[in-house]
Amino acid sequence: MPDIQAVRPLSTPAVSPRVLVTAAGVVVLLLLLAYLVAFDQGAISQSGMYLHELMHDGRHLLGVPCH
Amino acid sequence: MPLTAGRTTPSYGALLLRGLLAGLIAGLLAGVFAYSTGESRIDAAIAIEEAAAPAAEPAGDGHHDEELVSRDGQRAGLFLATALYGVAMGGLLATAYTLLRRRLRTDSDTRAALGLAGAALLGIVLVPFVKYPANPPAVGNPATINQRTIGYLSIVVIGLVAVWAGVLAARSPREGSPEWLRAVAAVAAFVIVVAIGYVLLPSIDEVPDTFPASLLWDFRIASLGTQATLWTALGLAFAALLGRIGTRDRAARERSDIVAA
Repeated sequence: MPDIQAVRPLSTPAVSPRVLVTAAGVVVLLLLLAYLVAFDQGAISQSGMYLHELMHDGRHLLGVPCH
Repeated sequence: MPLTAGRTTPSYGALLLRGLLAGLIAGLLAGVFAYSTGESRIDAAIAIEEAAAPAAEPAGDGHHDEELVSRDGQRAGLFLATALYGVAMGGLLATAYTLLRRRLRTDSDTRAALGLAGAALLGIVLVPFVKYPANPPAVGNPATINQRTIGYLSIVVIGLVAVWAGVLAARSPREGSPEWLRAVAAVAAFVIVVAIGYVLLPSIDEVPDTFPASLLWDFRIASLGTQATLWTALGLAFAALLGRIGTRDRAARERSDIVAA
């Protein structure tokens, strides 16, 4: 029996409303993180341009727009 | 006994955790690639920028001259940037996997994970790169940063829509249609959406005439390689971590089978 099960995919969570709400919150947080790394010109970080400059090389090499 | 007995379903939290971890691994690997191929090009570009800036002008555009973070700090910050970016993308990949797994029409979790990562590489890296290729420091007018950012994000969205259109088109021919017809439909839908995006969005070319072409090319290849490394490693790492859930669950089931027997 385990052999038959071994080729079957993992079952994935049913997309319940609760999972959808959680996922929406997580997506917002992750997009905020991506924004901070890749697009923030000092607006969110509240540290002036420090984080922007710190991650400057990464931003250029990740291919996102920079000054 | 029913085949599904003892099957545990991975929760969104379990999948998300694996996505974030895969993203961290992929981001650090992308950082290694970026560091080894890109740093020397960034240094060369900054040298050109500094040579071009009139020595008398205080602070220039206020961007690279302020020394808010030293060059060594920026080299270390490169890894912070790629790691955090990888974590963000890993979490988004795991979320997409959770929401879309049942629609992916494959029995293989590995193919599902790699397919999603490949779709992301195509839609949010390759499509944008052709329209708005990466630029080294010393290229780019600070005054157009908002316009360039909006254009870039627009082409990312269009890239994802193009991939989605391709998948829909591949599934739209009648049942029993030959596979080549599905492939042609997918490619046509993808190309049409991308072409519309390329035509509608403004072209931006801010590379100075004096900037060395070979340096620009090398930098762009390093940048593309960084993103390709990130998404390839992310897809593989996420698939590997998913495989470990499956193995662990099967082991648990086998143990429970023995107990039941």
